[in-house]
Amino acid sequence: MRNFSTKAGKITRLSVILVTLLFGFCMFRYMVKRIIGALPTLLILITISFFMIRVAPGGPFDTEKDLPPEIQKNLEAKYHLDEPLYQQYFRYLGDIVQGDFGPSFQYKDYTVTELIAKGFPVSLTIGGFALLLALIIGVTLGTVAAVRQNSWVDYFLMSTAMTGISVPNFVVAPLLILFFAVYRNWFPAGGWGDGQWNYLVLPVLALSLRYVAYIARLMRGSMIEILRSDYIRTAKAKGLSTTQTVLKHALKPALMPVVSYLGPAAAGIITGSVVIEKIFGVPGLGRYFVQGALNRDYTLVMGVIIFIGVLIVVFNLIVDILYAVLDPKIRLEHK
Amino acid sequence: MSIKNETLNAAGKLSHDKDEHGKSLWYYAWHRLKQNKLAYGSGIVLILMIVLMLLGPALSPYEFDFIDWENMSIPPDFASKHYFGTDALGRDLFVRTLYGGRISLMVGFVATFVSLVIGITYGSISGYMGGRTDNIMMRIVDIMYALPFMFLVIMLMVVFGRHIFLIFAAIGGYIWLDMARIVRGQTLALKGKEFVESAIAIGATTPTIIFKHIVPNLLGIVAVYVTLTIPQVILVESFLSFLGLGVQEPYTSWGALVNEGAQDMEIAAWSLIFPALFLAVTLFCFNFIGDGLRDALDPKEQ
Repeated sequence: MRNFSTKAGKITRLSVILVTLLFGFCMFRYMVKRIIGALPTLLILITISFFMIRVAPGGPFDTEKDLPPEIQKNLEAKYHLDEPLYQQYFRYLGDIVQGDFGPSFQYKDYTVTELIAKGFPVSLTIGGFALLLALIIGVTLGTVAAVRQNSWVDYFLMSTAMTGISVPNFVVAPLLILFFAVYRNWFPAGGWGDGQWNYLVLPVLALSLRYVAYIARLMRGSMIEILRSDYIRTAKAKGLSTTQTVLKHALKPALMPVVSYLGPAAAGIITGSVVIEKIFGVPGLGRYFVQGALNRDYTLVMGVIIFIGVLIVVFNLIVDILYAVLDPKIRLEHK
Repeated sequence: MSIKNETLNAAGKLSHDKDEHGKSLWYYAWHRLKQNKLAYGSGIVLILMIVLMLLGPALSPYEFDFIDWENMSIPPDFASKHYFGTDALGRDLFVRTLYGGRISLMVGFVATFVSLVIGITYGSISGYMGGRTDNIMMRIVDIMYALPFMFLVIMLMVVFGRHIFLIFAAIGGYIWLDMARIVRGQTLALKGKEFVESAIAIGATTPTIIFKHIVPNLLGIVAVYVTLTIPQVILVESFLSFLGLGVQEPYTSWGALVNEGAQDMEIAAWSLIFPALFLAVTLFCFNFIGDGLRDALDPKEQ
């Protein structure tokens, strides 16, 4: 037991506090640096979106019949459309910083922010479960294949994984519906219910399959490399069983490539959810996006794009911090 | 005299060795690729499919946009020569699947070629110049990487209308980022090599060095990357067509066909299964060839 009342104990306690503070400070500085680094990307994204929308024909107040000029003028004044373009641009930037994406063209009673707030939790549920499933199953299968390298288990798992990578999710999803909802009435073919688990199964499965396969391949490769290293041989020589060696010594370092793949995987899952939500009729962000795109609801499309840009930036930051926490060799400042 | 002879002999031998060696990298790569049953088989399947796509429509009496009023939504039937059945509008699915394949593959090849040209040029210049130029060029790539590309392409389609050349340009204009990064990495490794130094010593200009000396040495990795990019592009195009934002009626592509098939799969499963099968098999083949080529060209395997 450490005795904190002695002088030495006090010094120990002080140094623990200092190290924690230092680490916290480094982490904070790193996060600020990363967020500043991501700003140009977001700015470019916003700028591209803003000017593309301005080029596009039509506006939020176009109706079948021409409005009286006074009303048109009032409306334009209310939404600042009568100002010069650069002023509108900066106003839009300011609005976005405050989380205001403007009115939707298509859903007249909603603002884009409200629509995003409605759709995002649904998408997050599906995407989160898909990523979790991909991680758990992918890591397990990859590890099994690596431990049994060049056996029939390995060949079977890896050719299945290749199939999983080659078959796109918009092919998997209808097939899943065909077999598990139409031929066998196990799960609902679409809809959301109120997010009950049986509505989740098929969309999550269809969304995650490709990433299960990819993570399994990644995991197998890195696990094979780790299993060949000297310290694993030492662990085996010490008399540990294969299971113990893998779980206690090999798993953590072998996970590193998978962790760095999480960023691209999340971006892919976000993109994939557009298709999955369309097929299953799930009222998430992706379906609003496609509906918006097909109905030329420019502000909605733009709002979703910018929101997703921010989301990806934040997620990549989390992944990088996770990476640094898992691997002590990487110092945050040097990245 | 004898010394001169010896030198000549040695030189002759050297050049002979060099010939052997020059042939052997690709020769052995080809040899190893042939040993890889999966990759070799995939290559053959792919060639057969391309031949079928080019010649197949001529085997059928129907045009891709011909509407057969008497045979709407019928299952595969050889008597009426609808080998894959017809869709809900009575169009022949055999011909449409093959036509869709032409479009999908064409988009795949053209967009990959666009990305190849941009990526090699950009990456080799960035890597060879180094320093501040490299920093700025790679920073631009980083920024573009972080953009949610698929969403921007969809927006592009919405704002500027859907045109096949827009699809080429949009996909090619994004896919080159990976190529540029890979080429830059290889260029960095190559630029310290003796043959580059000797080219500098001879007085070759920078463009000559980059395009005559460095780029030919990148072809191995580029070949691998191209076979892995083509399926990626086909996938992106199918994705857009599936959402109804890609190729326009009456033209079609695999993504659009899968989309139509998915809508009436409960009553007409064949309209989903055939295009989906063609798409999956093609992607499968390209992925296996890419993997095989990577193993075959891997110097560690020698």
